[in-house]
Amino acid sequence: MLRIVVCIKQVPDTQEVRLDPVTHTLKREGVKAMINPFDLYAVEEALRVKEAQGGTVTLLTMGPPQAEEALREALGYGADGAVLLSDRAFAGADTWATSLTLARAIEKLGGADLIFCGKQAIDGDTAQVGPEIAAHLNIPCAAWARKLTFTGEGRLEVERLLDHGYDAVEVRLPALITVVKEINEPRVPSFKAKLRAKKESVPVWGLADLGLDPEDVGLAGSFTQVVKVFPPPSRGTPEVWEGAGSELAARLWGRLKQMGPR
Amino acid sequence: MDYLLTEEQRMLQDLARQISEERVKPIRAQLDEEETFPWDLMRDLAQADLCGTIIPEAYGGLGLGCLENCLVLEALAAGCVGVATTYAASFLGAYPLLLFGSEEQKSRYLPPLARGEALAAFALTESQAGSDAGAIAAAAVKDGDAYVLNGTKQWITNAGEAEFYTVIALTDRAKGARGASAFLVEKGDPGVSFGKKEKKMGIRASVTREVVLEDCRIPADRLIGKEGLGFIVTMRTLDLARPGAGALAVGLAQEALDEAAAFAKERHQFGVPIISFQAVQHMLADMATQLEAARALVYAVARYIDSAPKDYSKAAAMAKLFPTDMAMKVTVDAVQVMGGHGYMREYPVEKMMRDAKILQIYEGTNQIMRNIIGLALNKEYSKKK
Repeated sequence: MLRIVVCIKQVPDTQEVRLDPVTHTLKREGVKAMINPFDLYAVEEALRVKEAQGGTVTLLTMGPPQAEEALREALGYGADGAVLLSDRAFAGADTWATSLTLARAIEKLGGADLIFCGKQAIDGDTAQVGPEIAAHLNIPCAAWARKLTFTGEGRLEVERLLDHGYDAVEVRLPALITVVKEINEPRVPSFKAKLRAKKESVPVWGLADLGLDPEDVGLAGSFTQVVKVFPPPSRGTPEVWEGAGSELAARLWGRLKQMGPR
Repeated sequence: MDYLLTEEQRMLQDLARQISEERVKPIRAQLDEEETFPWDLMRDLAQADLCGTIIPEAYGGLGLGCLENCLVLEALAAGCVGVATTYAASFLGAYPLLLFGSEEQKSRYLPPLARGEALAAFALTESQAGSDAGAIAAAAVKDGDAYVLNGTKQWITNAGEAEFYTVIALTDRAKGARGASAFLVEKGDPGVSFGKKEKKMGIRASVTREVVLEDCRIPADRLIGKEGLGFIVTMRTLDLARPGAGALAVGLAQEALDEAAAFAKERHQFGVPIISFQAVQHMLADMATQLEAARALVYAVARYIDSAPKDYSKAAAMAKLFPTDMAMKVTVDAVQVMGGHGYMREYPVEKMMRDAKILQIYEGTNQIMRNIIGLALNKEYSKKK
């Protein structure tokens, strides 16, 4: 019976993001939100492992109270339970403080045999939280998994996506896996699961519940701070050349000769 | 417009829309082009528990009603009517069991249908018996504890792919209106074969074939209801299914309107978006109004049916007739608004126009719908004094 935990994140479902003027972090409350797309693949993989190996799938998220919607939506795919980590003290957290909070919650759940995370969140784009949770829990992490195979009791072979191709590693449980989209095709939600999810009780754990120090979480517990967020300066409109390969090559050569050595 | 749906109805609608947007739309052009049976989508619908919408909970379904079914059909039709027809036709094949089946038959056939493990089909039409359903020739002869069926059914949706077929066949020609009976034929029964896949104008993802029964021997317990009830089973089945056809039309027309209106905002001619022109606005206005009227009619009739009235044939016919005629007009107008672009296969509306036509024809032609309504009015007004 595997105890599986999936860490998900609610991210803005909009191109128009607003930043808190003091902390320079995203204003999340009241903004239309969705489950981080990579996390759906993590939920799907967790469900597949549960169906093949037996066990339970518990969802975890850290966020403002509205993040509960993301948990309920994810429960609609068939997960067994969910916990929301929410406290004013958690706000403004960088990946270190976030991962610490999630790690303590996993410990409070009684530990996990297998933890799934999406590769990265599409708002922060750091891809750090998953590996950092593993570091806090002192368990191995296989990141950017594109395929998972159980090779024996508590042993997994993980194919990890690289820039060119992939490698394969063997991992022993307990372990944390971050997944890429190549790993599976997420199922559609189940109406019966959505009805159950509506009635499911989602406990909310705060600072005191996790036994954490206010200095270790949120902005206070962050080693990094966002100083500025800005779109990259426009480098002007690029020239677009169309044509056959040989034509373009000749044209490019002509242009390079014209520009001279730099 | 808010139709004051319950939260559960909205959840169902959202789920069906999600599947339509994320799974159906991206492949609808390909399904239409290649005429592939949408097995993957049927699997997704099964996963979502939507294969059991109107099947009672006791048999693994959601136990919901006509309105909920219509909400799902409308959402799926906005994706692709070919896919939605495949899905809806399975319910059509299941209705005879739901309405007239024995406990044993329901326990046997409804659970796999609810789980989406099997599809159903309804086999009534023959080459000489379309609107004139009474002219069927397929016959079922009792032989000991079995029936032997012979005949050829024409243009049956899901034929060859479905596991379960509700077949209407004559058991006593001399008895006229009481001369037919309904049977459950399984794909694997002896003497069952299928004709070639028909090539159609539209709903090309939906499969249509002949069902050929040659000395098809089935156990007597496959009789649905009693001997002689065949045409009543047919009428009640079609009455229940007709608002669904209306719902398909509403979903299709909405999608066509959305495409046409969005295009009209982007397309500039004479220096302005063409939606600025009154001619185009009037077309869109008429499309939108007729569409909303059709939607309101479908929902009202569906709610009425869910209140379990004694007779709803007239209402069901109206819920099929008006929306389907509307969808034909709306899709034609959508192509017109989009002009040359609308005619190109690269754009989705020409498919919608091709798909719309069948809605005026199947599940009872719109001429038959007018007959039904006319007859009902005749009866109603002769009762009044």
